[in-house]
Amino acid sequence: MGTKSSIFDMIGPVMIGPSSSHTAGVVRIARAAIKILGGRPDSATITFYNSFARTYEGHGSDRAIIGGLLDFNTDDERIRTAFDFAAANGLQYTFKSVGNASIYHPNTIKLNLKKGDREIEVIGESLGGGVINIAAVDGFNANFSAQSHTLIIKADDISGAIAFISSVIAQEKTNIATMSVSRKGKNDLACHVIEMDSGIRETTIAYLRSLTWIKELIYIPDIDI
Amino acid sequence: MSFLFDSFKAWKTYCEAKHRSLHQVVLDYEVSQKNAIEDQIWAGLFRAYTVMRDAVETGLREEMSSRSGMINNGAKKVFRHPVSVLSPEFQKLISRALAAKEVNSCMGRVVAAPTAGASGILPGTLYTLQEIHQLPDHKILEGMLVAAGIALIIEQKASLAGAVGGCQAETGSAAAMAAGAIVYCLDGDIDQVFNAVAITIQCMLGLVCDPVAGLVEVPCVVRNASAAAIANSSAQIALAGVGAVIPVDECIEAMGEIGASMESRYKETAMGGLAATLTGQEISKRVLIQDIELLPDENLPE
Repeated sequence: MGTKSSIFDMIGPVMIGPSSSHTAGVVRIARAAIKILGGRPDSATITFYNSFARTYEGHGSDRAIIGGLLDFNTDDERIRTAFDFAAANGLQYTFKSVGNASIYHPNTIKLNLKKGDREIEVIGESLGGGVINIAAVDGFNANFSAQSHTLIIKADDISGAIAFISSVIAQEKTNIATMSVSRKGKNDLACHVIEMDSGIRETTIAYLRSLTWIKELIYIPDIDI
Repeated sequence: MSFLFDSFKAWKTYCEAKHRSLHQVVLDYEVSQKNAIEDQIWAGLFRAYTVMRDAVETGLREEMSSRSGMINNGAKKVFRHPVSVLSPEFQKLISRALAAKEVNSCMGRVVAAPTAGASGILPGTLYTLQEIHQLPDHKILEGMLVAAGIALIIEQKASLAGAVGGCQAETGSAAAMAAGAIVYCLDGDIDQVFNAVAITIQCMLGLVCDPVAGLVEVPCVVRNASAAAIANSSAQIALAGVGAVIPVDECIEAMGEIGASMESRYKETAMGGLAATLTGQEISKRVLIQDIELLPDENLPE
């Protein structure tokens, strides 16, 4: 085991039952997704895959995902009645089940979210113990845990982009924990996903956003706050 | 360098060499490994204990029925029943463990200790221990540190997850944590605390995870009650100085070995045991979603 567990992994987390992978992890996938969207969605299509497809209702994962989309935290008792809050907040939602997507992790959820003109697609996996992996964002491989601070940068696929972005982050004196880059094709848009040990300043984010070759930058601070 | 919780034997040796008590070593670990501040650790433990007590009280006060219908206010019935099988204290212990676990099954707030499926055991035992022996909160928090140390070692040597080690890994580990905490809080020495852990593991070995319809309800809720009872019986045995014969580290290793060789249908997959009974399958058909899209092979998502 790479990192030692905390005593609060042994006695904790404080969470809404019944199951860390079916409630806590599901809430966190939704919380990561609304950070990517930039706020609560107006409408959501939620697809539960594989093991989740049959069990999401019995485990309350449907309420957990709606609670997360409403920005409730993993220990928020309003999760149990999240549908009432969704109705009060005008959040439209549809659930789907797909039973046999063998390329996906057993506990996978796909979120298609709309807010105004903005639409995103996020694929999240609930790995157990409330730990998640955001596998894909808008069709790009992402693979981040949302446990620390994350940057998602969609940029033109130009040479030197990776070195440039990492050197700007280095100026912030934060450590890059993981970094992955994927692209749809050569000279097409590339997606950089960077997990950092600590946050970066607004001015740095604004600077990166101002560069013409950077098309979109999403900054996801700690999703549990 | 703090102690890293890789074995009970080493935990005891460390305590004796450094003249530290069991709970202090756990505190030192959290400070050094997680850069935590002591005050924050105590505050975190107090919050966890508060949530545990609230779960017990909520489960005994509010409507507790699950969407499947399998859980239906059992804790309150046990608490209020006029006949006490052993003693009113035993009746309270059982109903409190049920109550906190029912809150978990009904989407209320609990502490996963060590897991959500075992979230009734520490609340039921600690609440009852404090009430019977009139212990101050701080003593219970020390007991929780000892319980956390026990879980850290089980995580290293075996597993705390039902999907890896079966129910013994979840309710068995929680019962072991509770038994150790009880003996510690009642001023047992290190050997007595560890014997309570060892005896509890001996009593819980081999328990499979076979949840009906895959839900954290049957048999999970009643197993939280039985695990709380076993934690108390083990504590009673160990506190009297009766030894476990097989040392605690070896008991944990046996649990790991049994978990590793357990077939996957007994590890949270709802394919075996109670889940596979006729009634279990009928319930499963009723509560699980049947309206599922199945993808043709050539139409897998990107």
